[in-house]
Amino acid sequence: MKILVVDDFSTMRRIVKNLLRDLGFTNTVEADDGKTALPILEAGGIDFLVTDWNMPGMTGIDLLKAVRANPELVNLPVLMVTAEAKREQIIMAAQAGVNGYVIKPFTAATLKEKIEKIFERIDG
Amino acid sequence: MTNNFRLALAKDLVIALEQGDELEADKILDNIVGDKENQLFQQVGQLTRQLHDSMTGFSLDSKITAMTENEIPDAKERLQYVITMTEQAANQTLNAVESLLPVSKTLNEQAEELSKKWERFLDREMPFEEFKSMSAEITKHFNESKASLLQVQNGLNDILMAQGFQDITGQIIKRVIDLVQELEVNMIELIKLAGGAKTGGNKRKTPDLPGPVVPGMDDKAGDVASNQDDVDDLLSSLGF
Repeated sequence: MKILVVDDFSTMRRIVKNLLRDLGFTNTVEADDGKTALPILEAGGIDFLVTDWNMPGMTGIDLLKAVRANPELVNLPVLMVTAEAKREQIIMAAQAGVNGYVIKPFTAATLKEKIEKIFERIDG
Repeated sequence: MTNNFRLALAKDLVIALEQGDELEADKILDNIVGDKENQLFQQVGQLTRQLHDSMTGFSLDSKITAMTENEIPDAKERLQYVITMTEQAANQTLNAVESLLPVSKTLNEQAEELSKKWERFLDREMPFEEFKSMSAEITKHFNESKASLLQVQNGLNDILMAQGFQDITGQIIKRVIDLVQELEVNMIELIKLAGGAKTGGNKRKTPDLPGPVVPGMDDKAGDVASNQDDVDDLLSSLGF
């Protein structure tokens, strides 16, 4: 299981990576916005995407749309971890095909729960 | 007053003083000072005019009025929230460290004591009775270590999670920097206005991505999810 963590704040990437490691996911890659994330995804081998929304260059929502528009990536599970909390934004992300939505600041338990839920749905 | 005229006046003044004609000297001095005073009054007049124009421009400039009325207090509250968040993170970290330091100290002391005994045992200097009690101590140490290390792990996780403040506060501070920059531009326009130049209006745009919700500010309109439960409810209402 290889996971790509996308956030423009390196501290947040480290937090997410450490939490993932704690959950048993040790194979992670990082990118600091959608622009750098997309080539990594297109190169293949990523099983799960965790992304922020508000990033310079290319935002998380645009990254999500690009992922869903790519036949190779259309089924890639995507978890959004973001401070964006407007209802219309959450709806927009849902419509774009996000698999989970966690708002910052979050707890380790929340992240764990959402990730497990996503995998349950995939396995089931 | 031209230089030649001033020079002439000065020469007259010297002559008058040399001749001891105080009346004439006073008259010349009054003439010189009077002219300076006139210039000063004119300058003050000009400045007053400028100030008046600026003040009119200032009150007419609704951008700046709006900024001072709304956005600067708004920025102050946002920065206040940054203080609150950094304080929480610092406290969360310090609490974890303070609760873990004694745990690791106790573990360290136990290990040290046991390792001394263990060495005596290896050197065959330990009577059987003492070996039996050491065995019990080792068992106790293992059990305590397990519990303590779990505590350490939880504490480290708390410290890890506390660092999330950097992302949130970073986003909030970026917004305030944008506001300060905008204010700077408007102040420059105001200065140009005071200098007589015309200014062009530019509207403040609301950010496309509003970012972190500052409690008591961004959640007033009720159009934001204020916690994860709100998000989950909204998503499940959408069939998630």
